[in-house]
Order: sequence, then C-alpha cells, then structure tokens
Amino acid sequence: MVAVQETVERVRRIDVDQYRYGFETLIESDKAPKGLSEDTVRFISAKKNEPAWMLEWRLEAYRRWLTMTEPTWARVDYPKIDYQDIYYYAAPKPKKTLSSIDEIDPEILKTYEKLGIPLREVAILEGVEPPPGGEQTPNRKIAVDAVFDSVSVATTFQKELKAAGVIFMPISEAIREHPELVQKYLGTVVPTSDNYFATLNSAVFSDGSFVYVPPGVRCPMELSTYFRINERNTGQFERTLIIADKGSYVSYLEGCTAPQRDENQLHAAVVELVTLDDAEIKYSTVQNWYPGNSEGKGGIYNFVTKRGDCRGRNSKISWTQVETGSAITWKYPSCILRGDNSSGEFYSIAISNGFQQVDSGTKMIHLGKNTSSRIISKGIAAGKSQNTYRGLVSAHRKATGARNYTACDSLLIGDKCGAHTVPYVEAKNSSATFEHEATTSKISEDVLFYCVQRGLSEQQATGLVVNGFAKDVLQKLPMEFAVEAQKLISISLEGSVG
Amino acid sequence: MALLEVRDLHVGIEGCEILRGLDLAVNAGEVHAIMGPNGSGKSTLSHVISGKPGYQVSAGQILFNGEDLLAMEASERATRGVFLAFQYPVEIPGATTMNFLRAALNAQRKARAQTEFSTPDFIKRVREVANSLNIPQGMLKRGLNVGFSGGEKKRNEILQMALLEPSLCILDEIDSGLDIDALRIVAGGINALRSSERAMIVISHYRRLLDYIVPDVIHVMSKGQIRKSGGKELALELEACGYAQFEDAA
Amino acid sequence: MKQVVTKTAAGRATDNVFAAAHGRLPGSGLVAHIRARAFEAYERAGLPQRIEAWKYTDLRALMGAVLPLAPRPDAAALVRAAASVKQTAVDRAVKLVLVDGVFVPELSDVDSLEDGVAVRSLREVLEDTTDSAMAGLVLSTTTDAVISLNAAMATDGFVITIADGEAVKRPIQIVHVTTGSLVSNFTRSYLQLGQGAHAALVESFVSAEGASGYQTNDATIALVGDEANLSHIRLAADAADAVHISSSIIAVGAKAKLDFFSMTCSGSVSRYQGFVTLTGEGSKLSANAVNLIRHKQHVDTTMVVDHAVPHCTSREKFRAVIDECGRSVLQGRIVVRPGAQKTDATLTTRALLLSDEARADNKPELEILADDVTCGHGSTSGALDGALVFYLRARGLSEKDAQALLIGAFLGEAIEEIVPESLRDFVTAQTEHWMQARR
Repeated sequence: MVAVQETVERVRRIDVDQYRYGFETLIESDKAPKGLSEDTVRFISAKKNEPAWMLEWRLEAYRRWLTMTEPTWARVDYPKIDYQDIYYYAAPKPKKTLSSIDEIDPEILKTYEKLGIPLREVAILEGVEPPPGGEQTPNRKIAVDAVFDSVSVATTFQKELKAAGVIFMPISEAIREHPELVQKYLGTVVPTSDNYFATLNSAVFSDGSFVYVPPGVRCPMELSTYFRINERNTGQFERTLIIADKGSYVSYLEGCTAPQRDENQLHAAVVELVTLDDAEIKYSTVQNWYPGNSEGKGGIYNFVTKRGDCRGRNSKISWTQVETGSAITWKYPSCILRGDNSSGEFYSIAISNGFQQVDSGTKMIHLGKNTSSRIISKGIAAGKSQNTYRGLVSAHRKATGARNYTACDSLLIGDKCGAHTVPYVEAKNSSATFEHEATTSKISEDVLFYCVQRGLSEQQATGLVVNGFAKDVLQKLPMEFAVEAQKLISISLEGSVG
Repeated sequence: MALLEVRDLHVGIEGCEILRGLDLAVNAGEVHAIMGPNGSGKSTLSHVISGKPGYQVSAGQILFNGEDLLAMEASERATRGVFLAFQYPVEIPGATTMNFLRAALNAQRKARAQTEFSTPDFIKRVREVANSLNIPQGMLKRGLNVGFSGGEKKRNEILQMALLEPSLCILDEIDSGLDIDALRIVAGGINALRSSERAMIVISHYRRLLDYIVPDVIHVMSKGQIRKSGGKELALELEACGYAQFEDAA
Repeated sequence: MKQVVTKTAAGRATDNVFAAAHGRLPGSGLVAHIRARAFEAYERAGLPQRIEAWKYTDLRALMGAVLPLAPRPDAAALVRAAASVKQTAVDRAVKLVLVDGVFVPELSDVDSLEDGVAVRSLREVLEDTTDSAMAGLVLSTTTDAVISLNAAMATDGFVITIADGEAVKRPIQIVHVTTGSLVSNFTRSYLQLGQGAHAALVESFVSAEGASGYQTNDATIALVGDEANLSHIRLAADAADAVHISSSIIAVGAKAKLDFFSMTCSGSVSRYQGFVTLTGEGSKLSANAVNLIRHKQHVDTTMVVDHAVPHCTSREKFRAVIDECGRSVLQGRIVVRPGAQKTDATLTTRALLLSDEARADNKPELEILADDVTCGHGSTSGALDGALVFYLRARGLSEKDAQALLIGAFLGEAIEEIVPESLRDFVTAQTEHWMQARR
C-alpha cells in the first residue's frame, strides 16, 4: 500500500519530539488585551462589526459562564487553567482590504503550503485504494475555509457554491449577511447554557464556518475548514454552524493543527449541525494538534462541544473523527435523534501516545420513533497515555423502535498506558433494542516478530496492525482524509514500540 | 563456503538450555530435512536463525554468507534473504494480505537497493503465484490469515516465500494440520522454488512430508543436538526404528 | 423542592438514629471509636446522590431518611419470624438466623455446625475487649457512605472462620428476617475461609408476615484463602415496599475460586454492591446475577472486580427482567491494575423489558492498565423476540407460558452455573413463582 509506504518514510524522517506541524509563522497580529471580561467580549464583537443582538447574546453567555464551574467528571488531569492569562482574540493584522485570494499574506499561504492544504488548487491525491463500495473520484473538489487563529483568511470556491445556492462563509460574515439564518439556528443545538466550555465559547468565539444548504441541494463539493493555532497563549474558540435544509446533503471536513509550543493552549470550539427532513450531514475531523513533548510538556487542551440535531424526519448525521493530537481531548460529538426514522453515526479513531489524555465518545439521544444509531470506536493507547471511551445511548419513552449498535475496541501498545471504556446504556421503553460490545487487545509479540521476519521494521509493523485495527473507521472518511489519517496514525505512534 | 553455517550453538530460554552444541552447514542449492521428536529443539533452531526475541545464545556462531547473523536485527536477516515459514502464522485483522505482501516486498526491495514494484506489476506477480498455489483472489483481500483454514495459512506462507525470493527458506512444520491434498499443493509450491541459488531447511516431525519434498540431506535431532546425518535412506531407518535409538547417541 | 427537604430531613433523622441507637450498639472503647469515625464519614457524604458509583440510584430521593433502629424482637415477633425462616430454608443448610438485626440461637442450627467451622455472633466479637484486632477487621469500611453507615450502626451478624483444608459439606445459610414496620436494621458478617478450604455461604433476606416499609442494610466481608473455594449466594426477597441495601467486600487468594450468585425478586428499592479483589495469582471469579423486577421496583446490582495481580480470570453475567414500571440498573466495572498481565475478564449485562413503562440502565465499564489482557464486555437491552413468542404460540402455548419459557431461557445462562447445584432448583422455583404471579 502506497500510503503505508509513505507513512514509513515520514516516520523515518522525524524524531519523537519533532511534531510535523510545529512551525510558527512570523506575522504581525492584532490581539485583544489578555484576560476575560465584558470588555473582552465587547472588543471581539466590535472587531467583528457585529449587530447589537449578537453582542447581547455573547454578554448573556459571559454572565452565565461566571456562575458556572469547570466540569471534573472526565478522566483527564491537568493543572488549573487561568482564564485571565489567555488572549481571547488574535487576528493577523490586515495590511489592506483583500479583494482576492492572491492578496493574502504570503506568510500565511506558506503556512498552508507546509500544512499541505491546497488553498487554490483542487486536491487530488492518488495511490490509495478507494474504500470498498466507494468510487474513485480523481477530480473531487474541496472548498476550503481556513481559520488562521481567529479569522477566516480565505474562502475558495465561493462562486460555484453560490451558483448551487450553498452559503459557505466565515460565521462572522454570516452574522452580518444572513442574520435571519444565524439567529434562527445559532445556539439551538448547543444552548449558551450547555456546559462550561460551550458557554465560554458562546461569549468569546471569534470565528468559524457557517454553512447553509438549501432544500433539495446536494452540495457540489466537500467543504473543508482547517483550523490552526499560531499565536502564543491564544485560546481558539471557533463556532461552526451547519444547516442542511430539507432533502439536502453536505459533507464537511475539518482538520486541525497547531504549532509546537511549551505552553498549553486552550481550545474550546462549538459545532452545531441541524438536519431537516430527509437531509444528511457528514462531518469528518482529523485532529492533530500539538500533543506536548515526550515529557508531557505543552500541548493543546481541546475541550470541544459538537452536537448534531436530526430535527427532521429521515434525516441523518454522521460524525467521523480521527483524533491523534492534543495533550487533552474532551470531546463527545453527539446526535439528537429527534425526527422519526432519523439516524446518527459515530465513527472514531482516538490515538494517545506520550502523556496524552483522551476522554472522548458520543451521545446518541433517541427521541423520535424508529430512530437508529451506530457507534464504532477504536481507541489506541501507547506510551504513558490514558485513553477513555465515554458514551451514552438513551431511548426516551416515546422513542419506540429505537435501535443502537455499539462496538468499542481498545488496542494497547505497551504496559504503561491505560484504556478505559465507560458506556451508559439507558432504555426507557421496551421496544428499544440496544447492543453494546467492547474488547481490549494488544499487539502481540508474535505478530511483531512475524512482520519483522518479513522484513518490516517494528514501526512499520505497528502501523500495519493499527491501521488494520482502525480500518472500519478509516473507510468512513472521505478519501483525501483517509490518506492523511493513515499517515497520522503511524506518525502519532512513533516511539511507542521497542 | 556454506550459505549457512551453525557452529557449536548453545541456546536457552528462561534459563533452560535447549540447543546444546548444534552444528549444521547448508550449501546453496541443497534441501536439508531436520527430523526429531517434540521438544528436541527444532523450532528453537528456526527461531534463533530468524532472530525471534526471547532466546539467549550462550555460545556458538551462526554465519550466513560468512557474516555473523546473530549480530543482525530480525528484519535485517529477512532482507538479507532468511525466510521462516511459521508453524503458526499470525492473523492481522484489517490488514489485507495484499497490502501486507506489498509492504513486506517493498521493504525488502528497498533494503536491497532494488526498485520497488509498480502497483500493476505487483498485482500481476501476486496473481501468478497465487494461481499456482490455488489461492483464490478473494483470500488476498481478506485480513492477513483472518478466518483462513490451516491449509490456507500454510499456502499463504508459501506465497510469501515465492514473492520474497529468499536465499534461505526455513519451513517449520509446514505439513502440520494439512490434509493430503493441501500437502500436495504446498509441497508443489516448495519444490517449484528449489534452485541452485537457494537452500531450504525443512523441519518436520513426520516422515510423510519427505515423500513430497525429497531432501538432499536428513538430520536427526534430539535433545538439542544433531545426532545423525545422512541421505534420504535415513528416513526409512527412522520409519522402521523411530527416534528412540538416537536419544542417547553422541 | 423535594430534594432539599429530604436532604436536611435525612441528615437530622440519621443523627437521631445514631444517637438513639447508642445503648444498642455492641462494643466500647476502640469499637465505639471506629463506629463514631464511620458515622462521621457517612455524615460527610450523606445518602448517595449524584455520585458516579450510584449514578442511577439516587438513594437520597428514593429512601428519604434513615428510619429508627428496629427494637429487639419480642416473643410474638420471633413466632412470626420462625414461619418465614421455615419457608426460606435451603435444603440441608445450617441456618444462622438474624431477626430484626439480632442473632436468635433458638431459630438457628448452631449445634449442627461441622468440625473446623467456628461461628461467633458479631455482638460477641465486638464486645470481646481482648480481640480488638478482629473487631477492627470486621468493621472495615470503604469510601462508600452506606458501608460506613453500616459499620456505625451494625447491631449483629456473624464472624465465621473455616479452618485450612476443611471441606464444609453443608451450606451455611444466614437468614435475615425483618418483622417490624418503618424501622431499619443493620447487620454485618465476616467470613474467613482458610487455605484450601471449601464452603458455601447462602444469605437470604426475607420479611415476616405484616412487616412493611422497613430498611435493611447488610455488609459482608469475606477473605478467601489461597486455593480455597467459596460459593457465595444471596437471595433477596424482602417485603414489597422495603428498601434493601447490601454490600460485600471480598478478597480472593491465589488459585482460589469464588462462585457468586445473586438474585433479587422483591423489595421496592434494592441495591447490591460487590467489591471483589483478586489478590492472588491464578484466582478465578464467576459472578452471576438475576434480578426480577416489577411494580415500581428499583433494583440496582453493581459489581467492581479488581484484578490486582496477573493470571486471574473473571466471568460476570448479569440478567434483569423488568415488567410493569420496574427499573433495572446493572453496573459492572472491571479494573486491571498495572502489571496484572494475562488477565482474562468478561462481563455481560442483559436487560429484558416486558412492558413499555419498564426502564433499564446498563453501565459496563472497563479500566485497563495492563496490555497483555483479554477483556471485554457486552450489553444488550430489548424486548422478547416477537418471532420466538409467535413460534411457541403456534405450538399451542399461551402467551404467558410462551413468555415464561423465553424468560426462563434468558435467565438460564446465569442460573445454570450456581454452585452448589442443589440450589439451582431452589432459584428456578423462585423465578417460576415470580412468572406465575405476572399479570
């Protein structure tokens, strides 16, 4: 497999501590003063030229946040965060008003080049086998909305999307240009009062993506956002809102990287998805933020609230995630299956190495009749990391005919790490049928020796076994991401054996 | 110079000595059979030659093309041409046989500074060999050895051997768990790979295998040593008298 | 708000209970000190509410307050208790009877104890000032509030020691009978099984005719010696409106075997919690549970199996059948400590919902800190398979009989492993009785 081969070469090139995306772009930036107060919220809102209702919404969230306490139930351990020691807003200083992508700061474009994200070109990746049943689409297009620290710097393919009626723009613009849509949906899936981090985000979010797909439209291309944290001590608080109107379809890809830094950086994003009748959203994430060094120093704190609301009949939301980065991951992309016959999916690969701590999973809340959900979780723990799957499946009294299948498998590499499974399965009516399975395994010495005897290095052997272990989920990713994900899996496990 | 030369090899595992001064020389082009009862150290010998961790070599030498094999990592031995067909091939769920073969082949070719196979050439090559071994294409798309029968696993070992083109093939109990038809196919595959550049060591506990793979030399092993060596007529002697007569020799 | 009211009421009432029980709690000096400390620990936490280990059983809401300690049973109470003991007696067992938290030798078979089996009442042990080490051991607590409350309040129970190598032939059955209403009782027993010894301990919880609305809180501590073999069976059939809480803390030695079985088929609120630590290499645990739930009953079975050392095996099978407005909670946690390699542990929790109002919460957890292990869990919840019911109906069975047959099959897997075998029929009869009474 070519991808494996490339992975192998990449692994050879890097050292344990050499985070591939650990570079810093030197550009002037425009920061809000450090710390959080009503003034910070007003500053951000003013920077964005927001209407009064938006400022009010933020302030309400901020006031509520002051009354809340940080959750402690997850199996993660970190020093107390000083919320006054963080910059809540950092934007690259605009040199002038941009009229086309060519005017973007070349430094920023270079950053994206290093990231391997094509801002102008169509991404064509080759040499991988398409997933079974998936068609080979050599000319697939991806529209990229890149978020550099807090501001969307470029949105490509606007024209073609516009022709299809699809709105894809930074949420800061959508607040100004489509206030009726934003007001109708923002905060309806993840209310401002939802949880500590989501409330914080509601107060200080700086940018993110907004997508609206009109009735009956199949979005003509994959939409993609790359998040990247560049500035020192900046929290990144994106807000994403995606609405698939009746009978529409959209696939959204999110990739995240951050430069290597010693300080821990806070990231608290909120993603809200809404599907109306017969609509479908497929949301894929590859997260490879800086995980900290081999002593557990530095890395991103990733406290994210992602939730989809299957509001309409026969609607569908599918989450796929490959989580390899961050020092701490606290993330439960969930589905509220409100519409009758709606369905939710969660496919996850979560890899932890070094001193990483992952507490991730999903919630499938069955409210409508004949709703179904499927959870496939693959946790891989190596080094001295802790990897927890935490998931809730619940069927409410009126959710007759609800069905769920859950499989969570853990793979342990080495005896200094931990793999934990914490499922909550709640049936409140007799016609709900729930099935849950969990297994734990390791890479046996026999398997390693077998591969080594065929000429593979232990690192290659590990990559092969882990990619095999995670295959069911990898196949759910759009092809471009699958390649990236396979490489990442092997890179993340660098230094885990031998 | 012999292709493989084992000199006075002493090997233990967890403090228990298994090989107690074993000598063996195998030339290119030869097929040697090593026969012996259970526990005589046959599998240990194959593991030590191929570099399986966990064994302690307390004395002796293994030379391969005159080089010190014991100083090399297991993967280096593989890329130099040492191939072990496992008695119990492992399963790797999710990693297809095809992908595994390609990863292994390219790793070896790369180590030998050969160009890697292009995808179409690779697929063509695998298909040819698979057909000759009666391996259906469907099997190649499944996870490595996952859900394979005993016979399928052994055929898969021979498939790998054919593709990787090693100079020394060690076949550890390749006949175990095979019915007569499967044995014929496997033996056919092995015989097709006999060549003047390649040596083979066939380890078995049953003489039956030697009806299908006719060796140049037979060694009888017992208690960690080679007790007797001879031509193929030695097999008949064993058939008649069993291993007991060799137990206390030497 | 109900919660606020019960919170203060619970605290105050308990306080009164402990103060009021003062003269009734055996032991002085060190024992009294241990009790006071245990009670402080309980008071700090209060009845469990909104804590992860009790996620689905909000005891503060379900129980309200701790009721006053039951008075010593009088002669009339003993007569009523005797009738219940007779009904619940297991074939061939040596009975040890506690009525309203008080050991009653007249109803017990103390004289039939086999050689090598020593039994003392808890009261006797706690009052024995020469053996405070034993008293301290018997009153062990964990961080769990109801276990602390039990240590503070236990009035009686048994301290059973079985000598090394002794193969006890007859099961030892502790029968807990409550005769009073709106009272609470606290009992605690301790079992030490010597190296290589074999024994079966049955614990039964029943009420006398007319007893209602009571609370029972029992704790069992068992040490299973190396190469010993213990069958531990608990059968809870309290009054329909009673609150039943029982806890066990068990340590299993090297190459020892523990066969555990639990059945709960009555009581309005029941919580059984087991904490089993496999402390010796090569030990084996089989833990099965069957809960039969109806009316508005709430039945919680929670077990934590701690693999502290390598090469141990655990198998857990929990089954719940829920009818009417019943609520089932099945929680299991398998912990594999660092270095506990070659652990082989599985847990399955299965809930069968027979009515639309029934509710089942399953939480099977794994906490794995070693890599060379085989661990897994499975959980299902759902209704009876309509196709199977129809198949049986087509063979002429009534709806109720068809369901009973399928329920029996669902439970069979957990029941057929009960050791000693003689108890399987007893348990099966109970399940059949439960099914017969279905509406």
